[in-house]
Amino acid sequence: MIEAQNISKSFGEHKVLNDVTIRFEKGRTNLIIGQSGSGKTVLMKCLVGLLNVDKGKVLYDDRVFSAMSFREMKSIRKEIGMLFQGGALFDSKTVQENVIFPLSMFTQQSHEEKVERANFCLSRVNLENVNHLMPAELSGGMKKRVAIARAISMNPRYLFCDEPNSGLDPKTSNVIDNLIKELTEEFDMTTVVNTHDMNSVMEIGDKVAYIYKGELWWVGSKDEILHSDNPELNDFVFTSELTQRLKDR
Amino acid sequence: MNLFEHLGRYLSLMRLVFRKPEKASIYHKQVLIEMESLGLDSMGIVAIVSVFMGAVVTIQMAFNVDTPLIPMYTIGYATKQSVILEFSPTIISLILAGKVGSRIASEIGTMRVTEQIDALEIMGINSSTYLIFPKIIASLFINPVLIVFSMFLALLGGYAISAITGLVAPHDYLYGIRAFFEMFDVIYALIKTVVFAFIIASVSGYHGYYTKGGALEVGKSSTQAVVHSSIAIIFFNLILTQILLA
Ligand SMILES: Nc1ncnc2c1ncn2[C@@H]1O[C@H](COP(=O)(O)OP(=O)(O)OP(=O)(O)O)[C@@H](O)[C@H]1O
Ligand SMILES: [Mg+2]
Repeated sequence: MIEAQNISKSFGEHKVLNDVTIRFEKGRTNLIIGQSGSGKTVLMKCLVGLLNVDKGKVLYDDRVFSAMSFREMKSIRKEIGMLFQGGALFDSKTVQENVIFPLSMFTQQSHEEKVERANFCLSRVNLENVNHLMPAELSGGMKKRVAIARAISMNPRYLFCDEPNSGLDPKTSNVIDNLIKELTEEFDMTTVVNTHDMNSVMEIGDKVAYIYKGELWWVGSKDEILHSDNPELNDFVFTSELTQRLKDR
Repeated sequence: MNLFEHLGRYLSLMRLVFRKPEKASIYHKQVLIEMESLGLDSMGIVAIVSVFMGAVVTIQMAFNVDTPLIPMYTIGYATKQSVILEFSPTIISLILAGKVGSRIASEIGTMRVTEQIDALEIMGINSSTYLIFPKIIASLFINPVLIVFSMFLALLGGYAISAITGLVAPHDYLYGIRAFFEMFDVIYALIKTVVFAFIIASVSGYHGYYTKGGALEVGKSSTQAVVHSSIAIIFFNLILTQILLA
């Protein structure tokens, strides 16, 4: 379980997050949705400590992350897997080297064991025979999937995904969503996913938090989201013709 | 940012860089990789510059020693002294500041703007140690090798030009470069080289590490890396020379 308590974050004069308090449950996929620029990525980076919060605190299973020493923070980081919005693959390393990198750094496994683990993680994201390609030789969606494979290679307890399916076709996108959900349940992880894709919300949204202009505007499940009467949320959810018709029925 | 802000941030980054590495074996490998990419890849340019520089210095010395009162071997001697004391350690280090410095800054800067550094941090790796430490260590070992290589080639360039032009008889030249050899001159040159190597790798690493923004800023950081490390080299050249030779 991860908890954010009253966190605020500004860049200079620009207030990006304002007093956000939220709990992300263990064994469930927790979604953060909101318009582009609403502060989803900033919120996620505050949760993992890549950005320092101005106010408030972040807790990992009752361990106060924001008050930790550098060393304690590092030990929690080893339990975190994160998928960045841009993939953030190491571009001087091959796909396989990317996936086994955390293993080489923190485990004593033999090369064969690491390669086996890499192959397993890559097969989970439907990638085969790409082990020796460089990131520059992959398509956008493939990069994203390699990044997911890298994020899960250490069996994390906490998984963060910043827009896992932007730039993917609907089918692959669906595979990724379900993979995230499966892994979450299988390994009892606490998973936080940023998205603005309503398909993902309906597919895997155990708990959905809607961020509006840096504030936590609405929290509920994927079923509640269709029947909410929050105008800003409805505005966000029912923008397309298709969803509008669903609502009207 | 002014000089003092840069200096403060640079020093606190260096404190982070010299933390205990996570896993020694990974770092050994990294140092070897960096030695290859920072050192071996610079051999070509160092060789070309050194040979031509040695030849030019010899011609200039011959031009100055145009009187029968001074023995001809003085040309060889003066060439050797300029090459060992100043041309190889300082000029080649400045060239390396341009070549290696911009490479380090743009490599690390690109990793910053594409969030690869954040990815390292999330894995629980000390990104500054992982990225900068091996580059500093590799430079400290490989730059002295490059400089000695440069000294040798510069003196060879001088020999070649004397043989071709006859400005000085080759045997006078050879006698000159072996005359009054002081080991301390080479030690002085290597001390300078090691200090300059540290400056190049750490200042460039600093500029790369604190890149903000996108591709445009990566270019800016790499320019700044070259400018700042060159200035620091010139400055420490003066300080070290004053301390060691005066
Ligand atoms: N490092 C930064 N410095 C200054 N402002 C920033 C920084 N990072 C983000 N912002 C600002 O914070 C706001 C929220 O950005 P954020 O990246 O969190 O949006 P987002 O919800 O993730 O959007 P998207 O769906 O497009 O990814 C934006 O207005 C952005 O300009
Ligand atoms: Mg974002």
